Amino acid sequence: MTVMDQVANIAYSLIIPVAVLFGFIMLNAAYLSYMERKVLAHMQARMGPMMTGWHGILQPIADGVKLFFKEDIIPAKADKWLFSLAPVLLLIMSIAAFVAIPFGPPTDFYGILSNKVPLWLTNLNVGILYVLALASVGTYGVIMAGWASNNKYSLLGGFRSAAQMISYEIPMAFAIITVVLLAGSLNLAEIVNAQSEKWFIIVLPVGPVAFLLYLISGVAETNRAPFDLPEAETELVAGFFTEYTGMRFAMFFMAEYANMVVISLLVSILFLGGWMPVQILPNTWLGGMPPVSWINGLFRLMPPVLWLLGKVYFLLFFFIWLRATLPRLRYDQLMAFSWKFLLPLSLATLLTTAVMKQMGLL
Amino acid sequence: MLLKGIFLYFAAVILLSAVLMITRRNPVHSVVYMLLLFFHIAGVFVLLNAEFLAAVQLIVYAGAILILYLFVVMLLNVDKEKLGSRAHRFWPWMAGFGILIAGEVVLLLLRGSFPVNPELSVQQTGAGAEALGIALYTRYLIPFEIASVILLVGLVGAVMLAKKTIKE
Repeated sequence: MTVMDQVANIAYSLIIPVAVLFGFIMLNAAYLSYMERKVLAHMQARMGPMMTGWHGILQPIADGVKLFFKEDIIPAKADKWLFSLAPVLLLIMSIAAFVAIPFGPPTDFYGILSNKVPLWLTNLNVGILYVLALASVGTYGVIMAGWASNNKYSLLGGFRSAAQMISYEIPMAFAIITVVLLAGSLNLAEIVNAQSEKWFIIVLPVGPVAFLLYLISGVAETNRAPFDLPEAETELVAGFFTEYTGMRFAMFFMAEYANMVVISLLVSILFLGGWMPVQILPNTWLGGMPPVSWINGLFRLMPPVLWLLGKVYFLLFFFIWLRATLPRLRYDQLMAFSWKFLLPLSLATLLTTAVMKQMGLL
Repeated sequence: MLLKGIFLYFAAVILLSAVLMITRRNPVHSVVYMLLLFFHIAGVFVLLNAEFLAAVQLIVYAGAILILYLFVVMLLNVDKEKLGSRAHRFWPWMAGFGILIAGEVVLLLLRGSFPVNPELSVQQTGAGAEALGIALYTRYLIPFEIASVILLVGLVGAVMLAKKTIKE
């Protein structure tokens, strides 16, 4: 193999996929803020951003430029080292999670490429554990930001976030173990392939329960409404990022949106069949009848990656919808809900799954 | 060659961050160095093809135990800790026990035998999760259960200590 071949090999297998993935993450991090503002506005009978470009389409770019040129203020009594490190750590952890996520089966893009390429960077055997590990390490960014700011509101926000993330990680982990039991693998691509017949959300009786457990814990993990106590503006100004300005402030938002995308991707992969297309009653007489079978055939022709992204954006819309609908919980309600309701329920789900699997019922 | 270089990087950072961890005056900085240490230990596990152990290392130590440390340490008065003297009258005892434990570890390492080719020992399907599970629940069942009972005792003890006594 010549040197040029090696360079080309590295470019095709590493540089281009990394660039595409990074572009995807950054575009999402910027444009989810636009989506959030627009959806919230329309739900509240407003228009949202309208001035920059057509229907405010350039608003995220204007915001980015503004934040980029703002002064980066570090409070005099802050721990400078940790204050600077916290947002970077949070953002790195949320971006690193994308590395292990499969976006679709290997494809040659309808014959454009000579051989099939996988739509993931790495196919880790412990993919789901890797994502879980990064999510738990991301908590450090939030706590460190709260502590290093040397501000009582920030500190309270940081502590609330730590307690909340630790509490909701446990039901989340049990919901994931339930899926791992159903699929028999820790590999995310294999978990999707195990759902080619039946998505895990409709595996009765445990599927819907595990799905709801994971969805609720996922919203709590990303500190989104109605679980946004770490940044409750009525009590804590802005919580753990009160003292941040400019690009560091923007990093917290980018990390939050990237985390939302990761959670949506995981919900789609673990419960909604990943890149598997929607099929209307495929194994019954209705699925074989002409109008239904045509729709099913059409759905199977659509590219798998579009199915995955469609599910992801629906879930992101759902997160924003929740924010527009639900009031914030009180702190003791939040803790009681996790430890007294979600945790026993998740344990019962896991045990039921294990017993049914052993008896051959699933 | 490349693997050896990566291993040396991990080993160097592990030693350096371990030393920095115990020498920092600010306990919160110590916790951050400990986080760095855990990440690099996970890296060594990945080098040994034990992906499962690497993930568990991060989830259990970095994600659960160290977060609780950080929680407690942040509630301490850091300034007071900075000014206090580092050695007190028990230091010969502490140093003695430290040397004793280190000696035991060295002795065990010298007497034990390790598979020379690490790829043979843990390269299994499912990143070693299946092999680990089978080993834990068959060959090492009793030690494993004893460890879990000890953890349970700690759990119950913590609840008992934190419980408020209600006077009749």
